[in-house]
Amino acid sequence: MTQHDIDCEQALRQMFQHLDHELSDGDRPAMERHLLTCKSCFSRMEFELRLKRKLSELREVHVNPSTRERIESLIKNF
Amino acid sequence: MEGVVGISRDSFEQQVLSLLGRLHGVARRLTRSEVDAEDLVAETVARAWRAHDTLENEATFRAWIFRILNNTFISELRRNAARPQCEPLDPDEPEKTEHRFSIFEQMHQPFLLWFSNPEQAFLDKLLREDLERALARLPAHHRVVVILSDLEEFSYAEIAATLDIPLGTVRSRLSRARGALQKMLWQQACDYGIKVSPCTPDAQSQGDAQARREATTAAQPQDQRGSTR
Repeated sequence: MTQHDIDCEQALRQMFQHLDHELSDGDRPAMERHLLTCKSCFSRMEFELRLKRKLSELREVHVNPSTRERIESLIKNF
Repeated sequence: MEGVVGISRDSFEQQVLSLLGRLHGVARRLTRSEVDAEDLVAETVARAWRAHDTLENEATFRAWIFRILNNTFISELRRNAARPQCEPLDPDEPEKTEHRFSIFEQMHQPFLLWFSNPEQAFLDKLLREDLERALARLPAHHRVVVILSDLEEFSYAEIAATLDIPLGTVRSRLSRARGALQKMLWQQACDYGIKVSPCTPDAQSQGDAQARREATTAAQPQDQRGSTR
């Protein structure tokens, strides 16, 4: 199997897909190899990953009781 | 059971209640108002039940109900189109060649790489309310893709199904939305006077920045902060 390498420009283009686990199986190895050898792209990926994690901490799972009661009684009337 | 379309009332109730916090969280960020968010969730649940016999696979309930939430939000926006605060509804701007904004590119200093990391220091200083405020300032079509991808951790395919847009549009819109979000965060940091020193964190300037953040939050309009009922 031949391995193809990517440059920084290609890596940056695919960065978000990699971050979101959306890179295809065919493209992922080249990206991972690039990140192992390019400190700048690795740092960039680390930055984006940390920002994404910070955003994920905003996700809410709690809801105030009055909203819950309203939705529960709405469904009971279906 | 194979071939059965729809969802029972008990399953519907169970699914809705288990997702309620997340539905409400997304609704609150879309509407930027606590009161409107509750109405949006209620309307979404009512619409979803009216369409419950069209759900083909219960495993896709999450994407299905978030799609109804988004569509309900958009139709409410259209209904209120005459209101001056209405947001633009035409998100499919032509592909722009302009450079996407990146905080990393603004701050990264390769020559300091081994002993300092200003862009990471920037992230360390970011508070929850900084992110909330920047997110709230994005146009709706950008806000929703960031919410679905980064907060709700939807796959691109789920986002495409939820927003009824092609997969390629999810990729390009998410890329632009993240650029726009970073630009907002950067502008906010500049407005607060936060200077991220590559070498020594300045405690005094951080304290000042916190005071400015609080002053700005206090001065925000009610609908931006969310009201209590």
